[in-house]
Amino acid sequence: MEAGISLIIVIGLIIIAYIGTLLGLQVLFGIVIPYVAFLILVLGLIYRVISWAKVPQPFKIPTTCGQQKSLPWVKHSRLEAPFTTWEVVLRMFFEIFLFRSLFRNLRADLEGRRLIYGSAKWLWLGAILFHFSFFIIMLRHIRLFTNPVPGFIVRLDYIDSFFHLGIPPIYITDLLILAGLIFLLLRRLIDPKVNYISYGSDYFPLFLILGIVISGVLMRYAIKVDVYAVKQLTLGLATFTPTIPKAPIGSIFYIHLFLVSVLAAYFPFSKLVHMIGIFFSPTRNMANNNRAVRHVNPWNYPVKHYTYYEYQERFRDKMENAGIPIDEEVEPEKEHEWYSLYVPGKEPPTIKS
Amino acid sequence: MSLPKPDALLKDVELHKTPERHWMDIEPELKRGYFLSIIDPKVLKDLDLPSLGTWQPYDEKWPLPEDWKERIKKEILRRMETYRSFKLFMEICVRCGACADKCHFFLGTGDPKNMPVLRAELIRSVIKGEFSIFGKLFGRFAGARKLTEEVIKEWFYYFYQCTECRRCSVFCPYGIDTAEVTMIMREILLSLGIATDWGIKPVHNCYYIGNHVGVPPQSLKENLEFLIWDFEEIAGIQIDLEKYLNRKGAEILYVPMSGDYFADPGIYTMLGILVLFHYLDLDVTISPFASEGGNFGFFNSFEMAKRLHAKIYEEAKRLKVKWILGGECGHKWRVWHQFHNTWFGPIDFLEVPKSPITGTVFEHAKDNKIVHICEFTADLIAHGKLKLDPSRNDHLIVTFHDSCNTSRAMGFFEEPRFILKHVCNNFVEMPENTIREKTFCCGSGSGLNAGENMEIRMRGGFPRANAVEYVHKEYGVNQIACICAIDRATLSSLMEYWVPEVAVSGVHELVANALVLEGEKSRDVDLRRRPLKHPVKGVD
Repeated sequence: MEAGISLIIVIGLIIIAYIGTLLGLQVLFGIVIPYVAFLILVLGLIYRVISWAKVPQPFKIPTTCGQQKSLPWVKHSRLEAPFTTWEVVLRMFFEIFLFRSLFRNLRADLEGRRLIYGSAKWLWLGAILFHFSFFIIMLRHIRLFTNPVPGFIVRLDYIDSFFHLGIPPIYITDLLILAGLIFLLLRRLIDPKVNYISYGSDYFPLFLILGIVISGVLMRYAIKVDVYAVKQLTLGLATFTPTIPKAPIGSIFYIHLFLVSVLAAYFPFSKLVHMIGIFFSPTRNMANNNRAVRHVNPWNYPVKHYTYYEYQERFRDKMENAGIPIDEEVEPEKEHEWYSLYVPGKEPPTIKS
Repeated sequence: MSLPKPDALLKDVELHKTPERHWMDIEPELKRGYFLSIIDPKVLKDLDLPSLGTWQPYDEKWPLPEDWKERIKKEILRRMETYRSFKLFMEICVRCGACADKCHFFLGTGDPKNMPVLRAELIRSVIKGEFSIFGKLFGRFAGARKLTEEVIKEWFYYFYQCTECRRCSVFCPYGIDTAEVTMIMREILLSLGIATDWGIKPVHNCYYIGNHVGVPPQSLKENLEFLIWDFEEIAGIQIDLEKYLNRKGAEILYVPMSGDYFADPGIYTMLGILVLFHYLDLDVTISPFASEGGNFGFFNSFEMAKRLHAKIYEEAKRLKVKWILGGECGHKWRVWHQFHNTWFGPIDFLEVPKSPITGTVFEHAKDNKIVHICEFTADLIAHGKLKLDPSRNDHLIVTFHDSCNTSRAMGFFEEPRFILKHVCNNFVEMPENTIREKTFCCGSGSGLNAGENMEIRMRGGFPRANAVEYVHKEYGVNQIACICAIDRATLSSLMEYWVPEVAVSGVHELVANALVLEGEKSRDVDLRRRPLKHPVKGVD
């Protein structure tokens, strides 16, 4: 049902954009909304980054997936238990660009009283297809915002349409992103566990991006639009001299642009921020050098604890009888400063309440 | 233990089927055998912790204070402002489901709320429903719900069905760590006074008596004496205990775990370590006050953990040692490795650890000055400082269980394996997907190793037991070695239930079995009096 509602919302967005163009609201859908959405994206992301950056990470808690650096003759897994900053950078690179943790994925099946584990790399493949294609498609779009188009974008375009099938030639990434998206969507619908944990807000971005991809593909291969006019508009947006070109552009373009605008505005306030969040993940971006390099917690506070003196006084007789040495040098500890989250009025001053 | 037979226990487990109803509509049903009793309010008071009086989880109405909702919300916000980990983990999950079947409790129960993603959703949904505009507007569509008394019950039930093992965080593409979420949620529950008997009593013992099981100093000595007398009978070698207890000015402070001088089979590990100390004539001392390296405080709140472990460096200072050696323990090493010098540092009153036998400087522990006994022993073996006869372990076919915390919070894999391969001839690994960073929890970590929740323990421990069962059937494995005191206790129950032919031991028990001691007498039994395959010819 959540999937259905998400689909209806996306269809609703498409209809809004379509009616908008019929009503002649090109300025609204071609200039105002894209600018507003882009502004929300930028400000929203800045807000998110600051909101994470300003919260301290109190402890150094890397998840180690390989051998620690210890004795010199023990082979250290530099990628899975990074010790230096450089090794952390490497680990993050593999995590962010190659989805290394997802690549480890397994599947568990229970047969009678035996658990069987199998490789399960489909999710990794689907995710890689989707994310990389999306990234390359975004890069390709730079040609709409630049004049002259940078050489590497032209080359990228050439490589992406390498097969030279059809006129205009089909982009490989268009096919791959569709494959990736459809896989991710079907997985959410069909796999009982994933289906069970999915919210409407998990389907919505999938349908939204699917809408963007399909409208884009249609624009290129089926419902052709005036590319020259499109570029006039997009270049105007990029150079902050926005104009609606005199030559009409088909509604499909405004639908595409509207969906992109919705995605941009939705991005910072949804789970899609995982793209930025991953950089902050303390189990991945911290070094496993805890015992060698001290991590400082800005809100560390002294706590109340029992002392050896109190302990020895309590057990003095027993210890003497048992022949355990008594420490006569130890003195009672003077009242020391302590705080507690659990004692009203003793909250540590370094922690706001 | 009114448990079903092993073959019947998992009849209701379906890993690929989910309930008809949305999880938010399924109210928590607190099943006996799954949850722990609530702690006596007196014990909480002794520890300056809040309490809700005398009550139990199965009470229809929980005695929550009038302002419970405001207090919980305040505590959640406080964590969002002080733990980046928590804030981030609450905000970036995409529910890809990669973690779903990685949790041993999910694999043993099939309960969808034991999928790590849903365990975290139990709180994530409330944060959305109570603090986010989107969540308030779109409700369930955005995965949001309100904070109710039922939610509190659900938190108690499911955050005490997580052993903080971090296996899910290995597979999560963003490294979301459910252990962190569970620890913080238990902290938040504690702030109302919701805490378990099994989780808090050891804290109280450890705080006032020095160790979890509440062994006072004279009994600690008696227990150790019993061990060395037994050893004298077996090997004819006398260990001088006096010099190890509460002696000032030694070079090294050794911190054991109470499990290792309290009950079988942990005691043989303790004995193994004493034998090693004797063999090396090591200048080492043990503090009866700091006679617990483990930390049940960690299973209740970070603050309680810090309050318990303060004594370890304090004792090192008082006893004027140069550095600290820590025994074979799991979560202890999570705390020692990842938290100690942040809490108590800089540790400038100790020296960088250096093995007095080999001269090796443990550079990787140069800041917090604590070395793992397996690092110490592996270094000895690598330098040929131990005379070992691995055939003395030939009656055993050994496999190794990687403990969760040393594996995924420390990266401790090769040192114990190196030792095992030198002290026994028959060493077999369990299947690849169940060891090292993918190791399975014993099912009873993080303060769940009680008797009253035996059903969930046997279910949660099933994936581990199943891998042991496999190597037992395939290769005749009859001994599982581990480096965790809780494991030694809990794997014993687990094996008894699932694979009764397999015994549990620490690594150093096997080291001591294989040690060729000067002046030893002939014997035909090992440290725990099991018959040897090749009797030892001594000097008698």
